[in-house]
Amino acid sequence: MKRLTLSFGLLVALAMVFSACAPTATPTLAPGTSVPVATSVPTSAPTSTAAPQTLTVFAAASLTGAFGDMGNAFEAANPGVTVKFSFAGSQILVTQIEQGAPADVFASADHKNMDALVTANLVASDYGDFATNLLEVILPPNNPANLRTLQDLAKPGLKILLEDPSVPAGNYTRQMLANMSKDPTYGPDFSTKVLANVVSNETDVKQVVAKVNQGEGDAGVVYVTDASAQPDLKTIPIPSNFNVIAHYPIAALEKAPNSDLAAAFVAYVLSADGQAIMKNWGFSPAP
Amino acid sequence: MHPSFHQRRTENSPGWVFIIPSLVLVALIGWSLFALVWRCIGSDFFAAALAENAVTALKLSLLTSIISVGLALITGTPLACILAHWNFQGRTLLDMLTDLAVVLPPAVAGIALLIAFGRMGIFGKWLDALGVTIPFASAAVKLAQTFVSAPFLVRSARIGFSAIDPQQREAAHMEGANEWQVFPYIMVPLAGRAILTGAILTWTRSLGEFGATILFAGDFEGTTQTMPLAIYVGFEQNIKIAVLLSVMLLAVSLVFMALLRKLEGADN
Repeated sequence: MKRLTLSFGLLVALAMVFSACAPTATPTLAPGTSVPVATSVPTSAPTSTAAPQTLTVFAAASLTGAFGDMGNAFEAANPGVTVKFSFAGSQILVTQIEQGAPADVFASADHKNMDALVTANLVASDYGDFATNLLEVILPPNNPANLRTLQDLAKPGLKILLEDPSVPAGNYTRQMLANMSKDPTYGPDFSTKVLANVVSNETDVKQVVAKVNQGEGDAGVVYVTDASAQPDLKTIPIPSNFNVIAHYPIAALEKAPNSDLAAAFVAYVLSADGQAIMKNWGFSPAP
Repeated sequence: MHPSFHQRRTENSPGWVFIIPSLVLVALIGWSLFALVWRCIGSDFFAAALAENAVTALKLSLLTSIISVGLALITGTPLACILAHWNFQGRTLLDMLTDLAVVLPPAVAGIALLIAFGRMGIFGKWLDALGVTIPFASAAVKLAQTFVSAPFLVRSARIGFSAIDPQQREAAHMEGANEWQVFPYIMVPLAGRAILTGAILTWTRSLGEFGATILFAGDFEGTTQTMPLAIYVGFEQNIKIAVLLSVMLLAVSLVFMALLRKLEGADN
C-alpha cells in the first residue's frame, strides 16, 4: 500500500512538472519585453501615467513573427503597457471573440472573418487593411518528391498538406487552384488532381510549415511570409495571375476591455513605423 | 455504503462536510455538460447528426478506438502480468515507462511519435524505404490512441494480476499446465474484472484522443479526422457544429459506458 501511495505521489509530482512547462494559451512576448523601463521616452502614450496596462491582441497565425516585433515596438513607445497576443487561425479567434474572449484588437487574414464580427456588432468602428500577402508552394529542404514546377503538384501519389477550407489560407489556396484549372497550361482537372493528393487539412498555416519542414509532406501551400520565415524550405512561386491576394484587416473591438489602447495599437500598425515592421517580414502594403 | 458509517452520519451531522465539496465538483462537470446539451435542443439536431462528415468521423472514431483497445489488450495484458509477477532488473524502469505515458500531455506523445515514426523519423526512415508511411494514415490514429491509452489497461490489469495468489498459479503448474494454458485459463479470468475496467478506460481515452492525433496523423475526413478532430474543426467554422458533434460523442460514450458497466456487473 505504501508503495502505491508513493508511486501515486510521484505521478502527481510529474504531472505538475509537465503542466508547469506547458505553453499557455496567450503567450506573452519574447524575453525582455515585459518590463518597460523608464529610460524610453514616451512618444504617443495615450496614458502618461505609468500605471501598468495590458493590451490583448488576437491575430492570425501568419502574423506571428511580424506582430511579435510590433508588440515589442509598441511597448517601447508606450511605457507601462504590456501587449499579450493570441495567435491562431482567424476563424478560431472569431469564434472565441463571439464567445466573449476579452480581446482588444483583432487582426484577420481575410475579410470574411472580420465581416463575421462586424455582422455580430463586435467591431468598434470601420476596419481597414494594413497589409497584403501572397501564396507560395513550399517543399521540404531535401525535396523528397523532386518537385520542380507547379504542374508537378498534380503527379499522383504525392503527400500535399493544405489548410482546412475554413482557414483563410486554405480558402485562398482552393481559389488559386481553381484559377489555374482555367488555364490550358495546367488543364481543367488540375485542381481535382492536386486536391486528390491532399493528405491533411491542417488548422493553420504554421502547422503546414512545421510538418513540411519536418519532411512529413512533399509540398504545402502557405503565405510568402511564412515561407521566408523558414529559410531552409524550398519554394515554388505562384504567378500573380493565378495567385490570390490575402488582405489583412485590423480593428479595435466593441467590447475591448481597454478601448483607448486598442485604438492606439491599430493606429500604430497603420503608422510608418508599423508598416516598416510589416515590410520587414515580407508583407506588401495594403492598396 | 457501510452501515455503521451511515448511522453515525445521520445521528451527529447531516454530512455537509461531504455534500458541499461533492456538489462543487458535480456542478462543474454536470453543469457544463448540461449547457452543451441545452444548446442543442431546438436546433435540427438529427439532421446535423446524420450529416455525412459527422457520420464519417463517428465511424472512424469507433473503428480506430476499438482496434486500439484490441492492440492494448493483446500487448498490454502480458506486459501487466510481467510487471505483476516477474522479478528482474529494470522492472521499476518499465513500470515508470508505462506510468510516464499516462502523465505525459498527448501533444508530447504526438511529437514523439512523429520524430520516431514520421517519414524522416528514426524508425520511420526504414519503414518509408519499405514503402510504409504511417503519418496521415489511419495507422497513425491507431498508434497515437494506443500510445496514450494502453497504459491505462496496463496499470489496471497489473493491479488485478498482483492480487492473484501465487499458489493458485503454482497449483496449476503442479497439475501439469504449461504457461500457454495457465495465462489464458487461470490468470486472465482471475484478473478479468481489472482487465475489463482497464479496457473501458482505454476505450474511452482512445475515443477522446485529440492532441497526439492532430500532430501525428493530421486531419483528413475519412482517414484521420476522428470525432474530437471534427469537433475542433467544427468549432472553427461554426460553434453549432462543434456543439452538435460534442453531444453526439457524449451520447455514444454514455451508451457504451452503460453497456460495459452492465457487462462488468454481470461478470461479477
